Amino acid sequence: MNSFHLLISLAWRNLWRNHRRTLVILFAMVLGVWAMIFTAAFMRGMSLQIVDDTIENMTGHIQIHAPSYLDDPVIEHSFSSANPLLSRSLQSTEITAAAYRIRVPAVVASERESIGLVMVGIDPDDEGQLSFIQSSIIEGHYLKDASEPGVIIGRKLAERLETRLGKRIVLMTQNNKNEIADRGFRIVGIFDTDLEAVEIGYVFLTRNLAAKLVGVTDDVSEIAIKVSDLKRLDEVVEGLRQQHPELDIKAWYELQPISKLMVDLYDSFHLVWHLIVFLAMGFGIVNTLLMAVFERTREFGLFQALGLKPGFILGQVWVEALMLLILGLALGNGLAWVSVLATGEGIDVSAFAEGMEMANLSNIIPFVIVGQDLLLANSVVFVLGMLTGLYPAWRAAHLVPADAITRI
Amino acid sequence: MTSSWTFAWRNIWRYPRRTILTILAIAFGAGLLVFSIGLQLGQYDLMIQNSVRIYHGLLQVQKEGYQDEPKMRSSIANIRELGEQLRQATGIEAITARANGFALVSSATRTYGTLIVGVEPKLEERVSSLPGVIKDGHYFSAVDAQEVLIGRSLARNMQLSVGDELTILGTGRDGSVAATILPVVGIYESGSRELDRNMVQMPLATFQDVFSMQGHGHALVIYHKDVKQLEVFRVQIQQQISKHNTLTVLSWDEIQPGLKQMIELDYSSGWMMYIVLVVVITFSILNTFLMSVLERTREFGIMLALGYRPFDIGRLVMLEALILTLIALTIGTAIGFAINLYFYIYGLSFSGMDELAKMYNMPSTITPQLSLQSIFMGPAVILIFTLLAALYPALRIRLLQPVVAMRKI
Repeated sequence: MNSFHLLISLAWRNLWRNHRRTLVILFAMVLGVWAMIFTAAFMRGMSLQIVDDTIENMTGHIQIHAPSYLDDPVIEHSFSSANPLLSRSLQSTEITAAAYRIRVPAVVASERESIGLVMVGIDPDDEGQLSFIQSSIIEGHYLKDASEPGVIIGRKLAERLETRLGKRIVLMTQNNKNEIADRGFRIVGIFDTDLEAVEIGYVFLTRNLAAKLVGVTDDVSEIAIKVSDLKRLDEVVEGLRQQHPELDIKAWYELQPISKLMVDLYDSFHLVWHLIVFLAMGFGIVNTLLMAVFERTREFGLFQALGLKPGFILGQVWVEALMLLILGLALGNGLAWVSVLATGEGIDVSAFAEGMEMANLSNIIPFVIVGQDLLLANSVVFVLGMLTGLYPAWRAAHLVPADAITRI
Repeated sequence: MTSSWTFAWRNIWRYPRRTILTILAIAFGAGLLVFSIGLQLGQYDLMIQNSVRIYHGLLQVQKEGYQDEPKMRSSIANIRELGEQLRQATGIEAITARANGFALVSSATRTYGTLIVGVEPKLEERVSSLPGVIKDGHYFSAVDAQEVLIGRSLARNMQLSVGDELTILGTGRDGSVAATILPVVGIYESGSRELDRNMVQMPLATFQDVFSMQGHGHALVIYHKDVKQLEVFRVQIQQQISKHNTLTVLSWDEIQPGLKQMIELDYSSGWMMYIVLVVVITFSILNTFLMSVLERTREFGIMLALGYRPFDIGRLVMLEALILTLIALTIGTAIGFAINLYFYIYGLSFSGMDELAKMYNMPSTITPQLSLQSIFMGPAVILIFTLLAALYPALRIRLLQPVVAMRKI
């Protein structure tokens, strides 16, 4: 115990013998650790944002379709919502919300323009719990209840169609007999989102109206589901699949493989980035410790001549490296924490709005620190740092006493 | 002069291990920067080139305001003649006229709303790579042929194959009903989701006939493989169309602002990381420079006593840092360049890239850019930072007092 204490206090004092040098390398390490964690927080924010946006943009956590719907999204490929078995499985405690939709391609026409898009018939209350629409209305109102006779369109679509709130538009779509069905609707609400493609790509109305237009009664094209615990997503999907083998049930990442791919890319880049930053500072750490060792050649020689074992010397230099690492990590983590707090909601990249849009992202990217990322960054630095510190320590322990003692 | 180089050179190698570690740190940074900047720039080139090549063109002449609000009525009169005139006046061969409309298209069983584009077949082949990616059937036979081409995804959704008929129902330029039935002669597969899913092409004269265009069209699309010539062409074309004061020339980044912004965003976030990395490297080698001055206090004291000016010693220290950095940068740049050269020849791809490539309209292998900019920009930044780091120890020499310094160990 006593020699342990000696080891620690010796190492600590040695570390600050040349305080300028220690401060310089400490600064490099703090900066490196900060860069790792701050960048990791940015990337994490980005990938969480991708997942959130994907889920909010009508995808939900899970979707249920008739088997051929995803290839050919027409009303023919629908399934009955009046299936008691299905309603029962959706009442599971693991499912917090389920929204039934009629979702088919359509053409919308104002007096001046016509545009192709997707018509979505929704149950206003259920949909409100699941997707962005209810909270994105900027003019007019959301669909009040199942008897609402109007439609909601995006801001950009209204511009493109040269129409506005209160005006009528005509929706044309294919009904279940493969004929064109059309009907005029009044615009009762306009929504605004970050993604222009969404603003221009959807028109919302109640499921009753949509059903009437396409000629069905209780058939739906899709059910979007939100689960209570994302970690158990795969189990919930599997459970639903077993109960309803006749339906096509997919998790969000199967529906939006690109979002999943981007998230995976970010995830794998974490480690690459940590390793790069560590290498950049690793050379400096070795160099600084080596300098510290060579300056003390004589001292180490003396230690050995006095009978201290090489193991003790190795331990001493290694403990110096350890202290340096712990200090660097502590300060770096602290600094990263403070800078993430300072960014608040995140950074606003709306200057690149259209570029973000191509990447399917909205304009504010939050910085998010999660335990797993912290652990990864810190363990990379710690483990590699200790390995790096081993070399100077080994050098110090293997000086030949007689040579070392005579060196100036 | 020579003697100070020799002097500096020998000083560097007094502590070979330390020097080598420092060189490794800088070389690592330089190599990494050369590699990733080359890769980034190469990827951007491909994204631009691809999106320009496949359909959108390098430049477009449009009616003012058409880009923001693509209305049928914002059209260019006698568009084919204007195209011919531009080809003759500027000498650029690849200029073609297009007209765009929207219509309901129906097969026997399905109906979708899509973009309809009228093209000049012979000229379109010079501008766009779309005519080259017909996977079934053939391209248009003439500018007034009664034929349509559709994309692979749309064909699948509409359950259409070559030879089937397509019913088109839309609104003409004058507000009249535009309706026709045309056979599908070809199915293209461009790899771009937007084009494969949501576009029907027909020959321009046929389009003008169906949509009552009376010789009008919406865009003259200009292609050239050298993106760098863009401004030259723009000026030439601007001069030609200056008498039509309602026309405007747009470049690829104005036609697709999203692409440009995505590149800028990616490039600036890339540079943020590079700068952070360079600063970390700088501090990690700062100790080498600092120590090389601090441990030579006595030596410098003697030099001062011998009549060297602090400036000379400072210059010597800077020279040492410069030589060290240059060696490191040469090694790093050479390695980075070699890696990029390898991928330039063999291409780089990673798993999952196909999907991303489709979304962002890129080929599925990346070739790094090999240019002066891509090779030397990263190392130049590192050079600046390391010299700044060397400046601090060099300036400290001014504080030395010869007598005190000489007494130091």
